[in-house]
Amino acid sequence: MKYFAKLASVLLAALLSFGVAYSASADKLKVGFIYIGPPGDHGWTYAHDQARLMIDNMLGDHVETTYVEGVPEGPDAERAIAKLAETGHKLIFTTSFGYMEPTLKVAKRFPDVKFEHATGYKQADNVATYSARFYEGRYVQGQIAAKISKSGVIGYIASFPIPEVVRGINAFMLGAQSINPDMKVKVVWVYSWFDPPKEADAAKVLMDQGADIITQHTDSTAALQAAADRGIHAFGQASDMIQFAPDTQLTAVLDDWGPYYVKRTVDVLMGTWSPGDTWNGMGPGMVGMAPFTNMPSAVAMMARKTAESIRTGAFHPFTGPIYNQAGELVVAAGEVAADFPMLATMNFYVQGVDDKLPE
Amino acid sequence: MLALEARATQSASAAWLSPLLAMALTGLTGAAIFLAMGKAPGIALYIYFIEPLTSWSGLSEVAVKAGPLILIGIGLSVGFRAGIWNIGAEGQFIAGAVLGSAPAVVFYDSTNLLILPTMLVLGVLGGMAWAAIPALLKTRFNANEILVSLMLVYVAELLLVHLVQGPWRNPQGWGFPGTRMFPDAALLPMLFPGYRVHLGTLIALLIPLLAWFVLTKSRFGFKVRVFGSAPLAARHAGINNPRMIWATLLIGGGLAGLAGIMEAASTIGQLMPKISPGYGFTAIIVAFLGRLHPVGVALAGTAIAVTYIGGEGAQISAGLPKAVTGLFQGIILFYLLAFDLLTRYRLTRIGNKVSAT
Repeated sequence: MKYFAKLASVLLAALLSFGVAYSASADKLKVGFIYIGPPGDHGWTYAHDQARLMIDNMLGDHVETTYVEGVPEGPDAERAIAKLAETGHKLIFTTSFGYMEPTLKVAKRFPDVKFEHATGYKQADNVATYSARFYEGRYVQGQIAAKISKSGVIGYIASFPIPEVVRGINAFMLGAQSINPDMKVKVVWVYSWFDPPKEADAAKVLMDQGADIITQHTDSTAALQAAADRGIHAFGQASDMIQFAPDTQLTAVLDDWGPYYVKRTVDVLMGTWSPGDTWNGMGPGMVGMAPFTNMPSAVAMMARKTAESIRTGAFHPFTGPIYNQAGELVVAAGEVAADFPMLATMNFYVQGVDDKLPE
Repeated sequence: MLALEARATQSASAAWLSPLLAMALTGLTGAAIFLAMGKAPGIALYIYFIEPLTSWSGLSEVAVKAGPLILIGIGLSVGFRAGIWNIGAEGQFIAGAVLGSAPAVVFYDSTNLLILPTMLVLGVLGGMAWAAIPALLKTRFNANEILVSLMLVYVAELLLVHLVQGPWRNPQGWGFPGTRMFPDAALLPMLFPGYRVHLGTLIALLIPLLAWFVLTKSRFGFKVRVFGSAPLAARHAGINNPRMIWATLLIGGGLAGLAGIMEAASTIGQLMPKISPGYGFTAIIVAFLGRLHPVGVALAGTAIAVTYIGGEGAQISAGLPKAVTGLFQGIILFYLLAFDLLTRYRLTRIGNKVSAT
């Protein structure tokens, strides 16, 4: 919140000094968004749409926003992105990993349009990338899960075996192990970001296999709800999903894209936009935690403490000793895993994950 | 009580009027829906159905989208005419894309100019092979081709997913499922710089002409029509039942397979877990909307493609939800089926008639 207040004041100052020059041109800056799911998924896309609305609220006098929902990763994405560029959008956020190649292709055709691609790793003169350190929240979840679980088995619904997702599983595992070294994490890959029936089925399979806590790296509320139907505790994902599981959601990793989106929009308005990569966590406020609910207050207290030490930088979830599944030491005791290459390209499981990484 | 009674005669013009009426009524229904949503219906309909056709890029995208729909629709219409219900074109599309892509995946840095023709041939063969399974089961065991071909869609989808996240996965892809990007030699050439229309689109537009010629001018076309409209007479006339089943399924599968590989080797440029937004199923609507006639299928494929492209424009410039696209396609089919029913049957009141039983 503090970060946000600071940002807001900076923005306001920037806008005031800028307003005079800008109001001369009648046209508003058009900002476009490509969504993988519907804003009503109450998860990933919902969080991006909330951030879009923040642009509307704060910069509505200078900016107009548009979104295209349910765009599949592939050739349809290229058309949808190009269509936004053709219709005069000068800043376009493409909010799924699989939009990487289509974004780069369209960016080549429209050099005067700025592109922001979420969670990707390829930049260009007019393509920036950004992502959040979701793993910080995953570590906290792992600790909570280990405290709450009776069976010692956690069910994890995963989307695609890319570093971002693998990192989350590992951080969760490390958090759980920090409480109980014998904790087990079972993983089901659904190979989709948004497929509510599939997400729910995966949750059921995991619960049938003895998991008594469910967490997911997919976009909808389906897994949380499937768990709630059986009275099983679970985590929300990307947004606070407490209304869908009031008696069973423990917490949720919150994605707060708003300040970043507003800042990048202002950058374009002022002509100071530049490409690059942004990877922020709890510190700058891009990652947050929903209220710790449905757990003993001692557990909530512990979770708050861990989250706070991650936020201040006192603690890093990937602090050694960390072993891979083969039992090899990959991060020495007391050391912290580097962003690059280890975290950015993470393609191995830490010890204790009860799954084989798809190859 | 109302009942349906078969009409003694059916007018030929009714068969062509019903898709046009269906489209018109869809427009009216759409206008009502837009009005209820608080949007100006005229503007929304314009954005939806006209705007995609008013710019070169819009036309190019409509053509790119219509290509696979027309190709598959033509293949299906041949089978449907003969009364062979191949519902699994989606699977044949995927099978064609998979087999056809094999050379591009294996020789990923090839510059050999023969690679593309090889891929196209393999694509056709892949689709045929997938359609051969229902053909074999139908001719040997009289298994229902609707069920067999439909179930094989899921097999094909899972096969594709397995390949792109397993043996064919791009080693430089950071674990994201998908093959390497195809080399340039394995891609269909683009027709105009800056637009996505490609050679495959052109081929897709030529196939209806070929199909029209075959269906109206050849002995095979005559047999297909006889077989579909009067199977018993066809048998007496010596038209071979199993051979007709094989021929129509292989044509449908082959064209779907060709559509699959041409899609993979153009706009996609690789294989991914999902390569079709349901072309194989939408093409069933296209075939019926086009009255199973090659020219009609080409027009219907274009019309359906417009709803896809217009749906995107409607999201951008009118803030309409994506669901409207699916809604329109459903409404078109609903009206079409209703009109078809009423051209073949008429509503009568039972109870008033003495001769009913």
